[in-house]
Amino acid sequence: MTVTAGSAAALALGDDALVLSHRLGEWAGKAPVLEEEVALANIALDLLGQARVLLSMAGDEDELAYLREERAFRNLQLVEQPNGDFAHTIARQLYFSTYQRLLYAELAAGDGEFAPLAAKAVKEVTYHQDHAEQWTLRLGDGTAESHQRMRRACEALWRYTGEMFQPVEGVDVNWSDLETSWLESVSAVLRRATLDVPEGPRSGAWTAGAGRQGLHTEPFGRMLAEMQHLHRSHPGASW
Amino acid sequence: MVTRTTPIEEEATLLGEETTVLEEELRRLAGSVPDPELPVLSLEELGVLRAVHVRGGGAVEVELTPTYTGCPAVEAMSADIARVLHEHGVPQVTVQTVLSPAWTTDDISDEGRRKLREFGIAPPRTQRATGPVPISLGPTRTAARAPDRMADAPPDASLEADPVRCPHCGSADTELLSRFSSTACKALRRCLSCREPFDHFKEL
Repeated sequence: MTVTAGSAAALALGDDALVLSHRLGEWAGKAPVLEEEVALANIALDLLGQARVLLSMAGDEDELAYLREERAFRNLQLVEQPNGDFAHTIARQLYFSTYQRLLYAELAAGDGEFAPLAAKAVKEVTYHQDHAEQWTLRLGDGTAESHQRMRRACEALWRYTGEMFQPVEGVDVNWSDLETSWLESVSAVLRRATLDVPEGPRSGAWTAGAGRQGLHTEPFGRMLAEMQHLHRSHPGASW
Repeated sequence: MVTRTTPIEEEATLLGEETTVLEEELRRLAGSVPDPELPVLSLEELGVLRAVHVRGGGAVEVELTPTYTGCPAVEAMSADIARVLHEHGVPQVTVQTVLSPAWTTDDISDEGRRKLREFGIAPPRTQRATGPVPISLGPTRTAARAPDRMADAPPDASLEADPVRCPHCGSADTELLSRFSSTACKALRRCLSCREPFDHFKEL
């Protein structure tokens, strides 16, 4: 399949939204409290809506979601990481929603093909970021146990955050400015939550960084198998 | 993305002339369709109906904008609009989803806000600036011990200046239970005066 720069970019951003949406959906039925069950499902729904628009810009949304092999997905490795405990899910949300809000705000301010979606989605994502920040504060500055778990989660996912700022062809933003803003925003939240900003590397050896090139971590294959199973088993089925 | 077309059953009798009057009438019909999730509101009052164009050959094109990008009600809205226009003699209806300019809760009409309140849902506050209003959970342990350490926390001034009122008793003394509720567009709150929980159509 040959893809233009525009549709390659739509795939990258669309796959981020689709994969994280599916991960968040995995909390349905087992979130810590009812309110979080609803909140995570709502955030997943927002992301699914964004994914549908973006994947439709790149081709047929169902074919792209359900019939591609693992190597054809262009999402960040961060969003495919398993939910872990609630702290891991919140750390993943904090890192990704901050990135997505900054990126969409930039795209919304421009006049490119992603501007209409970005202008709409940035308002939704601002709520996602607020949700992640409130929980980071609550868990980091909570009990000794919650602090410990939140610290462990932030450190474990830190090495997946450098990849977010690899330039995506067809997305016209200043990636290095985006990274500076992201670091400032996330660091401020972590400090308020009495958590140390992780010191591990974010790029180079021992870090993640090839999701945009189609290389994914082991848990992603199992996630895809579950996500695509029904569609592949019953091609063309409908409600 | 969401496109629905009714089959052409007869040759169209609609003319290209005087489209303004006709389009206004069709817009009134399409706008009177109730929201599938909040049936007290019409699509016109919700502010999601963007335009109705009469094309040649009796085809009518309706532009609809979603409240949230992932709003699952869009498909039901499109089907309802197509059905209503079809019942009024329009042979071919196409409903297109448009994203720009993005819908905001400021697009809900005053009448729509009144109906929401009557239905038991606190209407969204009118926004001076764009984007959500900052809200926060109760103080964390550090803040409770030493409030001055949290001086860099975002202020809640906008919330205090324009509180969310209880739709049942009108009290301004309400608290947030969860920023996400039964649908993507609502938050769950509780009134501290009459103790009733209620949904708040949150600002977007």
